[in-house]
Amino acid sequence: MITAGIDFGAKNVKVVILDDEKIVARGSALTGFDLKIAVKDASEMALKAAGLKLDEITHITETGIGQGSVAFAADSVSEVGANAKAGVKLLPSARTIIDVGAEEARAVKCDESGSMEDFVVNERCAAGAGAFVEAMARALEVELGQMGPMSLKATEAVPMNAQCTVFAESEVVSLIHAQTPKANIARAIHDAIAERVISMVRRLGITEDVLLVGGLAYDVGYVDSMKRGLGVEVHVPELPEYVSAYGAALVAQERAKE
Amino acid sequence: MTEMKYQTKPLDIWNEGKALRQQYYENYAKAHEKGGIRWAGGAWAYSAVPAGLGDDVWSLTGEPYGASVAFNKEFAARCQEAIEAKGFARDLCAYLRNYLGSVVLDEYVFGGKFPKPDFMWTTHICCSHAKWYQIASDLEGGVPYFCIDVSTGLIEDFNERRREYVVNQLLDGIDWLEQTTGRDYDDQKLIQAVYNECEATSLWAEICALNRTIPAPLDEKTMYSLYVFGTIIKHRPEIVDFYRKLRDEVQERVDNKIAAVGNEQRRVITDTQPPWGFLEIFRYLETFGVVSVGSLYTFSLIGAWEVKDDGTWGPRTTPQEQGIDITTRKQALEVLADWTHARPEWQHFYSAQKKSDMMLRIVREWKVDGVMLHYNRGCEGLSLNIAENRLAFKDAGIPVLPFEGNMGDEREFDLERTKKAVDSFLELLGVK
Ligand code: SF4
Repeated sequence: MITAGIDFGAKNVKVVILDDEKIVARGSALTGFDLKIAVKDASEMALKAAGLKLDEITHITETGIGQGSVAFAADSVSEVGANAKAGVKLLPSARTIIDVGAEEARAVKCDESGSMEDFVVNERCAAGAGAFVEAMARALEVELGQMGPMSLKATEAVPMNAQCTVFAESEVVSLIHAQTPKANIARAIHDAIAERVISMVRRLGITEDVLLVGGLAYDVGYVDSMKRGLGVEVHVPELPEYVSAYGAALVAQERAKE
Repeated sequence: MTEMKYQTKPLDIWNEGKALRQQYYENYAKAHEKGGIRWAGGAWAYSAVPAGLGDDVWSLTGEPYGASVAFNKEFAARCQEAIEAKGFARDLCAYLRNYLGSVVLDEYVFGGKFPKPDFMWTTHICCSHAKWYQIASDLEGGVPYFCIDVSTGLIEDFNERRREYVVNQLLDGIDWLEQTTGRDYDDQKLIQAVYNECEATSLWAEICALNRTIPAPLDEKTMYSLYVFGTIIKHRPEIVDFYRKLRDEVQERVDNKIAAVGNEQRRVITDTQPPWGFLEIFRYLETFGVVSVGSLYTFSLIGAWEVKDDGTWGPRTTPQEQGIDITTRKQALEVLADWTHARPEWQHFYSAQKKSDMMLRIVREWKVDGVMLHYNRGCEGLSLNIAENRLAFKDAGIPVLPFEGNMGDEREFDLERTKKAVDSFLELLGVK
């Protein structure tokens, strides 16, 4: 049976198409201002890659910020619900799944079947999410993709106290003026954001295995900060930003059978 | 919308309640036209005490007023901007800001100019209380102001000495009221007001206790409009009368299985004040058959409770039920102090554990499936200990939805984000 999951992220819309539980295609597009256009672009990309037409998809489930804006989606699931489903599928021993996207960080605790047991979502400030790293990369005048590798080259831990993007930016500027090496600043940024996410996740209690998903899981510097901060192994799946869409597609499989 | 399981209908008494509330704000605004007196103070002020000045003494209590302002988002925004422009910080109590903003704008949320009180009469337990009316007094040109310190600790520690500390302030307060208003004080009116207050607040607890029934006869959004009388004129006979009628009607709903939410399938509670401008959240929950049956806040901001013989919470036995005959001013004040300081909602100013225990009791006794915790940035007092309460629920294995917001400042509430978190909570409860 063919199903699809659509994840409306703050930055990108992602689509995953499944044939039973096997991923047959993915698509993504910048969210921009018009969600409908973004969904159309991402869906077309995935359908083209799968060699399918929209009406060949039995059930579509959506997740993320723009739920309700896709006429062809049958229903919806929360991101934490989708992450729990997908996380256990990708790593059967996963019990804590942490998702850090552009604007939000969230974590879910789940059982072996991928059913949610508890969850937390970050507060309104984006200082615990990917947007923070982007803003800091701009302040450091480095490409976003360089932040991770640069951070791993840090020679010293520099404390950063700022709790919000605005104050953090001025702190970064001060560090630059103090001639602090960029690598050390990059690590300080990753540590600061990891600390915020970890304090949130600790409210759930950390149950291994821990799986890190979402766009920020691509950032090796951030993953390293999370590992050090949590004191446990942090697993990252392939293409981590598609995990929520994959989870939604898995939910679609279940619901189509109901 | 999930399937209807129970019969449901609106409360018959609803319009009477609405009219009573409207009358209250009008009585206050027009008190001077009939030679009456106006005072302003906190919802927890010892309101039975100024009642000794006469039946034409009307009050405006700040917190319910601040909540009414919050409900009117456009006016609330203007109030907040007005008071912030005077240098008051955004993280102060949102009710305080709404109230003071209204004073600064000289606009009454119910229409017309802001009606200036003849005196301020309040209590102090939260750090905002005393300052609130001191500032209001200054802003209104030096309105006479009297504040009673009620921060006497947990009820277990409310011994003779502590009671005397409060009663002596109240006795001084009565002298001050006489001097300030030029009126003679009538102890009989005080005694009647004490009896009324005890009965009204016990009746409210009785009404809340009826909500243990499945299906719940009342939903919390409706309860918000009903408990409010206990925060505005809890000592007056018309409120006792209203709560008696309400209790009878709720009992009838229980007997006939009339539900507040016809599709009830899960029961939740909240904890503190909701974001008043966004009560639609409750209606959203109801489309999935989730009903909020109350909270420690709704039950005990005014409700008077005691532990009954079977170990459960029930309405507190009133002095009149105990056959206590109040004959003197001092005795009336002692009875009132004993009554007031046992209010459950005051206890958690002193103990996170006690707050968790009370909330866990509600979860058990009201058969609750999940808890919504509002990290309310608008209230420094009642949002105390929420993070610890969350841990207590977690340990007890009860699903919790923490959400951030502000009871009276919509700039700090994100409806869409909250709805998303609610969706996850609904999945956790197994209804979505
Ligand atoms: S308890 Fe909350 S609402 Fe009441 S005065 Fe204090 S901060 Fe304001």
